[in-house]
Amino acid sequence: MAFEYAPAPESRAIVDLKSSYGLFIGGDFVDGSGHAFKSVSPATEEVLAEIAEATANDVDTAVAAARRAYTRTWSKTSGAERSKYLFRIARIIQERSRELAVLESLDNGKPIRESRDVDIPLVAAYFFYYAGWADKLEYALPHRRGATTTPRPLGVAGQIIPWNFPLLMLAWKIAPALAAGNTVVLKPAETTSLTALLFAEICQQADLPAGVVNIITGAGETGRALVGHPDVDKVAFTGSTEVGKAIGRTVAGTRKSVTLELGGKAANIVFDDAPIDQAVEGIVNGIFFNQGHVCCAGSRLLVQESVYDDVLARLKRRMATLRVGDPLDKNTDVGAINSSEQLARIRELSAVGEAEGAERWSPPCELPDRGFWFAPTIFTGVSQAHRIAREEIFGPVLSILTFRTPAEAVEKANNTPFGLSAGVWTDKGSRILWMANQLRAGVVWANTFNRFDPTSPFGGYKESGYGREGGRHGLEAYLAE
Amino acid sequence: MVSPVLTSSDVLDGAASSPAALRRFLHGLPGVDQVGCEARAATLSTRSIKTTSKAWALDLAVSMIDLTTLEGQDTIGKVRALCAKAKRPDPEDPSCPRVAAICVYPDMVATAKAALGSSGVHVASVATAFPSGRSTLDVKLQDTEDAVAAGADEIDMVIDRGAFLSGDFSRVFDEIVAVKQVCRRSTGQDAHLKVIMEAGELVTYDNVRRASWLSMLAGADFIKTSTGKVQPAATMPVTLIMLEAVRDFREATGRMVGVKPAGGISTSKDAIKYLVMVNETAGDDWLDPEWFRFGASRLLNDLLMQRTKMTTGRYSGPDYFTLD
Amino acid sequence: MPSDTRLDVRKTYKLYIGGKFPRSESGRSYVVNDSRGRFLANAAAASRKDARDAVVAARKAFPGWSGATAYNRGQVLYRVAEVMEGRRDQFADEVVAGEGLTRARAGRSVDQAIDRLVWYAGWTDKIAQVVGATNPVAGPYFDFSIPEPTGVVAVLAPQQSSLLGLVSVVAPVVAGGNTAVVTSSRDRPLPAISFAEVLATSDVPGGVVNILTGSVGDTAPWLASHMDVNAIDLTGVAGDDEHATALEVAAVDNLKRVRRAPDAEPDWTLDPGLSRITSFLETKTVWHPIGV
Repeated sequence: MAFEYAPAPESRAIVDLKSSYGLFIGGDFVDGSGHAFKSVSPATEEVLAEIAEATANDVDTAVAAARRAYTRTWSKTSGAERSKYLFRIARIIQERSRELAVLESLDNGKPIRESRDVDIPLVAAYFFYYAGWADKLEYALPHRRGATTTPRPLGVAGQIIPWNFPLLMLAWKIAPALAAGNTVVLKPAETTSLTALLFAEICQQADLPAGVVNIITGAGETGRALVGHPDVDKVAFTGSTEVGKAIGRTVAGTRKSVTLELGGKAANIVFDDAPIDQAVEGIVNGIFFNQGHVCCAGSRLLVQESVYDDVLARLKRRMATLRVGDPLDKNTDVGAINSSEQLARIRELSAVGEAEGAERWSPPCELPDRGFWFAPTIFTGVSQAHRIAREEIFGPVLSILTFRTPAEAVEKANNTPFGLSAGVWTDKGSRILWMANQLRAGVVWANTFNRFDPTSPFGGYKESGYGREGGRHGLEAYLAE
Repeated sequence: MVSPVLTSSDVLDGAASSPAALRRFLHGLPGVDQVGCEARAATLSTRSIKTTSKAWALDLAVSMIDLTTLEGQDTIGKVRALCAKAKRPDPEDPSCPRVAAICVYPDMVATAKAALGSSGVHVASVATAFPSGRSTLDVKLQDTEDAVAAGADEIDMVIDRGAFLSGDFSRVFDEIVAVKQVCRRSTGQDAHLKVIMEAGELVTYDNVRRASWLSMLAGADFIKTSTGKVQPAATMPVTLIMLEAVRDFREATGRMVGVKPAGGISTSKDAIKYLVMVNETAGDDWLDPEWFRFGASRLLNDLLMQRTKMTTGRYSGPDYFTLD
Repeated sequence: MPSDTRLDVRKTYKLYIGGKFPRSESGRSYVVNDSRGRFLANAAAASRKDARDAVVAARKAFPGWSGATAYNRGQVLYRVAEVMEGRRDQFADEVVAGEGLTRARAGRSVDQAIDRLVWYAGWTDKIAQVVGATNPVAGPYFDFSIPEPTGVVAVLAPQQSSLLGLVSVVAPVVAGGNTAVVTSSRDRPLPAISFAEVLATSDVPGGVVNILTGSVGDTAPWLASHMDVNAIDLTGVAGDDEHATALEVAAVDNLKRVRRAPDAEPDWTLDPGLSRITSFLETKTVWHPIGV
């Protein structure tokens, strides 16, 4: 007899949504001067709220507020006091964690299991971690010579974050920036503004001085205005490689400091001596975690030919147990695709995969009628030349390739302009270290995948961007010697 | 080595043909990464089973219990009382299923058999110098024979962990084969053989996986985590390894083997987590008392309290359930 | 010509690519004068194709150099210092001629260049301990971060300081395990070529450092836009904002790591710090579960 799991929806009642939201500038919510746009729930297409689009004038106001706060307040606030503000914020995030998790799932479409167990706990952890750095900056740059002064903040940071981990990416940006003594103007992605706006409320609850954190909402134009603003000292961006390059060109010739966290096409490499059941979990976690909307997703599976059939059979069996559907259901494993635009892109590249001759497979799964959905999908018979093996799909789509020797695995893994992450599965210790050494990627997960921690530097090689987030290294991006 | 009782498929032919072949086979099994395995078990534990699913799962869990008493102070009276409970766990509610079996020491088998009559509740007997297994093969076989002769439907044997840990896999294998022989009856009503790994003494998950395969190759009808006398007893990750083993064994041979976590599972919440794990690892074929059991003594009353909560809508208390 | 004066044998100054000394494939050369405008030599005018060849050579040398032990790289760089010391007078002559320094100041500049190489030689097997880390993650994982070389680095060496400046920008790049394509000072290229001769006679594998003489404008745009160059140091266009910006824009095509041009050429006698090493290092973080 089949074990059906009855619906187990997390209650929405904890979230108090307003019908419209303004911009958070200088410590207050203000009306923007631009048009409002709608934020929809990707699972239902329900309009959640109207969001103000920040114009160039609004950006100017926000940067001015950040500059004022930097000059008059934050740069005169001791490290110890900044530290306590960040600890306070971390605590409020923990206290309001369920509310944040529900709102994140509602707005982004990710399963509540992930927002509850991964995103929000990590958000608090990043604030806790960087809180402790704020009064220890003289230890943050150990390679400074004979310094008698504390490293200096850069000033006003303009930060632009993506829609895949809205609040977590905010934490990655704001926590180190504030710890180092900068003030920030942050723009969330236009499809996922709501948790950033709730974070603005948290800043108010924490009595954070006005203007230290400014949240401006909007799309590409707003971002461009922020990046190009002459009074921004530091630009931090997480998003597509295409936009990253545009930012690079905009800031060329300026003295703005830049960090870019961009796309990836990570190889997840499974050897014949891998701990096979954990490897299959790692493959699933690597590509179906967060609907595959993960820059470091293990989107290229490289399997040693001798275990290909076995791995494929196990993977398919495991995929059949994935539960796709309502993000607020506590048993959902794979939620909604974040937007209709992203869904269109995933569909388009999947169609290309088929057209190029790769074989497509998805487990039987019923998708809801409304909203943006894509079934977990794998492609077999993929070669390096296929577009689905080269381009970032940013969805729950896995391309499977094979290899025969460790050297071939490395060659294929590195044969991409990206270099963000890689996975290695084998029981042989010396091979793990050899592979880790050979792979041109900023993060190598051996016998695990998609792990994140505030103490652990994260960032890419090559066209996956530059700079690191997390750990002491992450602080360097916000400090001048 | 003696031949195993089962007829293995071609895939496993020769796996146990010699001590060296058996060692090669067991060491050739894929390794288990402890952290990954525990993470998977933890994720499965986050499933939220509500309303109708929960009611269904609670009844299923009751029907899977091997209601156990394995104490030096066991008496005929105690065993009889437990048998009464096994047949009608909730006297107030005739819709409550009976448990799968009563699990006792060999000298209590006859008592239990008589008390249970034709109720359909099986009698399982531990044997082979349970729980340590530290005795001669002759004594272990005699122990088993006594239980079988007294009418045991199921035999829960322990493996020789000392032999296993010293690498003498064929000794462990041969002992299981020998015990399996003793489980046979001329009537054809053979006692089912459950083989206890005592995972707490094997320590590593790699060992649990090897011991599981060794037992299945030797003819085990069930593989069981623990005696309940050693900590840690049943855990989610150990049971996960075993569920993967029976799943893969069926893929390889076509033969289904059951799984029994025993010891330490005392709440409905835990039991449901195990059922979720069975469902998502081995599959729903195993969601049946024929293929999955809980070795437990305290679990039953908690399941009964939860059942009552489901039907009455209010929380119950221990005074409303029998303590046997 | 009086019979007691010997006609000196002049040197032909060529490029240094892949461990060899080719002429420019373009066949072009240009006149190098001393600081007072007197003819010193003809130097090879590197073309975009020379730049291309140099990148190929640098890429080919990268696996071996980056894969060598840090101890070995330190030994090799120290060897370079040793060989330079032996040719101290020659370098001093060239610095006097090119930079117009007094003999004494030029000598000090050569000494500093040699000492700087020794300093960087010592860093090869220490930098990872200074900028690497084990990360105390909240879970059963061993997690560490190590620096790794970025890859092929285009180095636009300074225009003024022809030896000390050159060594100060090249040594940190190769100490970190990168391979380099270097454009020398246009007007003062002779120490760069002599330095190439030192490299060729030390134990530096061919292709690890490649040196192009000529106008930075002829090669730098090709290096900046080259998709197989991983990073670029714009020091050589210090003060030329327009040029520097154009190169920075071109470098975005494959997201090169860019060390921006300073407003003016730095004082090379100052303590360099570590930023010239760390500018051309990536951080790799490795995770592995801890279990039995």
